[in-house]
Amino acid sequence: MHTFVDVFNWLTDPAHWSGTDGIPLRVWQHVEISLVAVAIAAAVAIPVGLLVGHTRRFEFLAVSIANVGRAIPSFAVLVLAFVLVLDILPQSHKSLAFGFTPTVIALVLLAIPPIVTNTYVGIQAVDPDTVEAARGMGMSGREVLLRLEAPLAAPLAMAGLRTAAVTVVATATLAALIGGGGLGRYIVDGLARGDTPMLVSGAVLVAILAIITELSFALLERAVTPRTRSGRRRRAPRPGAEALPEAIRA
Amino acid sequence: MTFIAAPPTAWEWIADHRGEILHLAIQHVQLTVLAVAIGTAISLPLSVYAFRHRATYAPITWFTGLLYTIPSLALFVILIPITGLTVWTAEIGLVSYTLLILIRNFVVGLRGVPDDVKEAAQGMGFTKRQLLWRVEIPLALPAIIAGIRIATVSTIGLVTVAALIGKGGFGQLILEGLNQFYNTEIILGALLSVAFALIADLLLLLLQKVLTPWSRARPARVMPERALRRSEELVAG
Repeated sequence: MHTFVDVFNWLTDPAHWSGTDGIPLRVWQHVEISLVAVAIAAAVAIPVGLLVGHTRRFEFLAVSIANVGRAIPSFAVLVLAFVLVLDILPQSHKSLAFGFTPTVIALVLLAIPPIVTNTYVGIQAVDPDTVEAARGMGMSGREVLLRLEAPLAAPLAMAGLRTAAVTVVATATLAALIGGGGLGRYIVDGLARGDTPMLVSGAVLVAILAIITELSFALLERAVTPRTRSGRRRRAPRPGAEALPEAIRA
Repeated sequence: MTFIAAPPTAWEWIADHRGEILHLAIQHVQLTVLAVAIGTAISLPLSVYAFRHRATYAPITWFTGLLYTIPSLALFVILIPITGLTVWTAEIGLVSYTLLILIRNFVVGLRGVPDDVKEAAQGMGFTKRQLLWRVEIPLALPAIIAGIRIATVSTIGLVTVAALIGKGGFGQLILEGLNQFYNTEIILGALLSVAFALIADLLLLLLQKVLTPWSRARPARVMPERALRRSEELVAG
């Protein structure tokens, strides 16, 4: 129990709140890399999910990728991305392989499957009668996708984004192993130096950041859930949330 | 950056390290089996409780969801001051992650048991306990095993992280490969972990087929909504 007092002292020590190894900078590095990765992944995965759901093609592939994705350890993805980038880069640019670049690549790869699957399941869950009615009203395929299916799938797509974001924040912790920054630095350095207060403080900060991420995305998810005419929010259709309990973990 | 001049070929390396690889494989299997077994032992009674008392489902999934949100490395590390660098540090973390997955699937399975079947059993004089063990749990088995499959596959992936706190498993190969810039070891660690996950998934699927010969329903994890609707249709028709 004494350790927790040490951890509290470490976290409240002003010396740990400034400089190149300070908490604010480490938090920012962690958030920055996570944001970049989730943004790239969303830009790729949401259109793919929309198209797979709308055209009903390659469905098998979309589900398989999610299932296989769960079996691949995120730790392995990160380390493999690192060695691949290291191998590909010319001798003069090897330093680029440490930290940011391979981490973003790995995080994007990890974030894509849950977003694709959830977007696709969200569109698939749209009542076929509603789609037919929209067609009957003269909506084109494109209009059906953008004005009907996409808004109705938004809550589930958002749930996928939430899963992806939490996974990304968790895995970004491991970036410190390949020379990256972020809060994982405290854990990796703490383990290496046997500095328990620093180690546990880093873990506590990572846990808090992950929970904040989860809550922020839960709020976003609520915000995109359509309201019914009575002003109440419709209960989000959540087959994916039940069906694919959070694809991958780090 | 200097690289090893003439590294052994991948097969030579594997042949030279057979003993170590086998040892890590046993560790990986042990850590996984123990976590899923304890997770199931905790989740089953909790799920039955949450199924019978609907109001408790939300708080239970809220709490297990919170545990699930904490990154594995962080949870392992936070446990170090309490349990030290023992196997329990890894196990408590691994078990925590199985709970959300298992409870969600178990409850979906229990809720999917058709009412008229339960009424028929009660009409035949089944007690609540008999109803649970002889009707509800057997009929929920496809969903229960589907949950165990997902939990097992994700636990196998998480065990690789346990290598960072010195608990072995295939993650050890990845970590050593990373430290020595030896790609063969990294790829081997990743492949063995994925292979183990796929084999475990397949074995559990087979177990489900053997235990529920009457069931040809798709596993609940693909589209539970649809599966539920189908069972409703069966009831209606």
